Amino acid sequence: MSSVAFVIIAVLTLSAALAAATLQKLMHAALSFAVMFVGISAFFFLFGAEFVGLVQIFVYIGAVAVLIVFTILLTRYDVGKVRGFSWGGVVVAIAVFGGLVWAISKTKLVSVAPSQVEPLTVQRIGELLMTNYVWPLQCVGVLLTAALIGALILVMEEKS
Amino acid sequence: MPTLSILLVVSAALFCIGLLAALSRRHAIFILIGIEMMLAAANLNFIAFWRFAPQPAQPTGVMVAIFAIAIAAAEAAVGLAMVIAVYRHFRTTNVDQLDQLKG
Amino acid sequence: MLNGRAPDWLIQIASSLINIAALLGVFLTLFALISVLERKILGRMQNRYGPNRVGPFGLFQPVADGIKMLIKEDIVPARADKIVHFLAPVLIAAAAILTLGVIPYGRNMTPFTIDGGILFFFAVGSATELMVFMAGWGSNNKYSMLGAMRAIAQMISYELPLIITVLPVVMIVGSLNPDKIVDVQGNYSLGFVPHWFVFTPWGATAFILFFVSGLVESNRTPFDVPEGESEIVAGHMTEYSGFKYATFFMAEYIGMFAISGLGLTLFLGGWHAPVHFLEFIPSYVWFFVKLSILLFVYIWLRGTLPRTRIDQILNFAWKFMLPMAFTCVIAAAVWHYTGRGLRGWLWSLAVIAIVYVTLSTLLDTRRKFAPRTYRFAE
Repeated sequence: MSSVAFVIIAVLTLSAALAAATLQKLMHAALSFAVMFVGISAFFFLFGAEFVGLVQIFVYIGAVAVLIVFTILLTRYDVGKVRGFSWGGVVVAIAVFGGLVWAISKTKLVSVAPSQVEPLTVQRIGELLMTNYVWPLQCVGVLLTAALIGALILVMEEKS
Repeated sequence: MPTLSILLVVSAALFCIGLLAALSRRHAIFILIGIEMMLAAANLNFIAFWRFAPQPAQPTGVMVAIFAIAIAAAEAAVGLAMVIAVYRHFRTTNVDQLDQLKG
Repeated sequence: MLNGRAPDWLIQIASSLINIAALLGVFLTLFALISVLERKILGRMQNRYGPNRVGPFGLFQPVADGIKMLIKEDIVPARADKIVHFLAPVLIAAAAILTLGVIPYGRNMTPFTIDGGILFFFAVGSATELMVFMAGWGSNNKYSMLGAMRAIAQMISYELPLIITVLPVVMIVGSLNPDKIVDVQGNYSLGFVPHWFVFTPWGATAFILFFVSGLVESNRTPFDVPEGESEIVAGHMTEYSGFKYATFFMAEYIGMFAISGLGLTLFLGGWHAPVHFLEFIPSYVWFFVKLSILLFVYIWLRGTLPRTRIDQILNFAWKFMLPMAFTCVIAAAVWHYTGRGLRGWLWSLAVIAIVYVTLSTLLDTRRKFAPRTYRFAE
């Protein structure tokens, strides 16, 4: 049963990713980018990491996708002229994919998932964030503040 | 639940599609989309390894994925701010035309 | 069929379908009822009858409205993006209905129990912004675009106070599960005072802030700049006619129900009765009574207050509501650590009062009083 779900989600995610990478119209690409993140979030739910899946929907679709569409709107002057697509990138991507698949097939990996996963509750994640991972948490806080201030400064109009 | 190898191949495919978007598109925002896709593929890898770890599993995979999502969002924000700032100055988002240091 | 029982996955799918059918049935009927009751209540507040021709007291008006919407011609602008234009109302309605699934409607009556239920609610709610943008952009109309951008600016600004005011509740309860949050509010002290969070100072402040943010998130007056008819026609919904417009309308109302339901769960004790000896009345009745009171307050505010300007809305969010929301978190911590009794109450009240007075003094933008001067045309 979960194999069927896995195949469906994998097909959805990969096709949305391909659409986002190759569609010519920028808006459609941005929207299929959002669909791809729904697919990845569905993967996380399938693996039992529900908190990460919800955070993914929240952050990526609620914030990053909105940022991207706003930026597309604000930089619209030459939307008809940017039609470049260089085929060298395709060759490199296929070569990298081949290399990765070769590397994966050569390693001995666990082949059966443990059937009883103890679910990682939100309470446990909270405890870990405050005990073992408190320094990374503070660093991420500082980094987010710096990114916020930096982004604002970059976009502020200069008073000339 | 398929084997770990198939999961890793799926996330490798996602990574390479992101690489495709980052390398072959000429619009700055597409390149950022490609970078975000690559980060998402790496997150998928972390969670896949967490799922297949021998029980009782360390929660490290999940924690790293959470931090990676936060960092990717911050980087997307700054990257998009840069695209807007560059557009204001050069009036173009085609990265082929941004080839001079002189402003 | 094994041993006369259906296989497990079939049971799961069937029970989910029954859940979904019941949810849709109840809330779509409630939507129809509220759409006519709102017009009647607004009419009474404006000293006139509301719709009263169709059916007894005009209560069959939604049927007439539905028939009208269904037989209207569906106009799509010629240069609009067909797929995006079509999908936007569908996805907004889907997101709104999805958020209804995690609210506990009664004892053991939560449709879908997710461990991070509150986070699910906000995650799906924040995906709505992208759909609003799709609606505005897909219409290929400058006014739709402007309306969509204003709507998104408003929704993003108020998402922060909305989520931060939920934080004290989650902190005190220690879980993101709505069932557990309702359980914690189930005790009564002195036999008749319930332990609802709204009766604590930080809870009352957080509830007011949550309520106002909910008003903004569902684009209701006084914050309905995105759909103000005299300013921007219908904002991002301008190019939609007939049934698609009805879908937008339905999505807005169901968003209102969902936010009210969540506010109930977090602050007003969910499905618990106010006093102990009234607990024989079923729990879902109490839920819907409280929901009706909150919806009445929504309608009341719509009939009373004028529309605020977009810059006033954004200023209010960032300069006042966000600091007050953070103060609620601190006040909740103070309440917890000075014991939860009278001392905790007074200390957290002091924290909130000090910050409120400071903010009001700093943000005072009233002009000073002066003798009135007149200017006449010469």
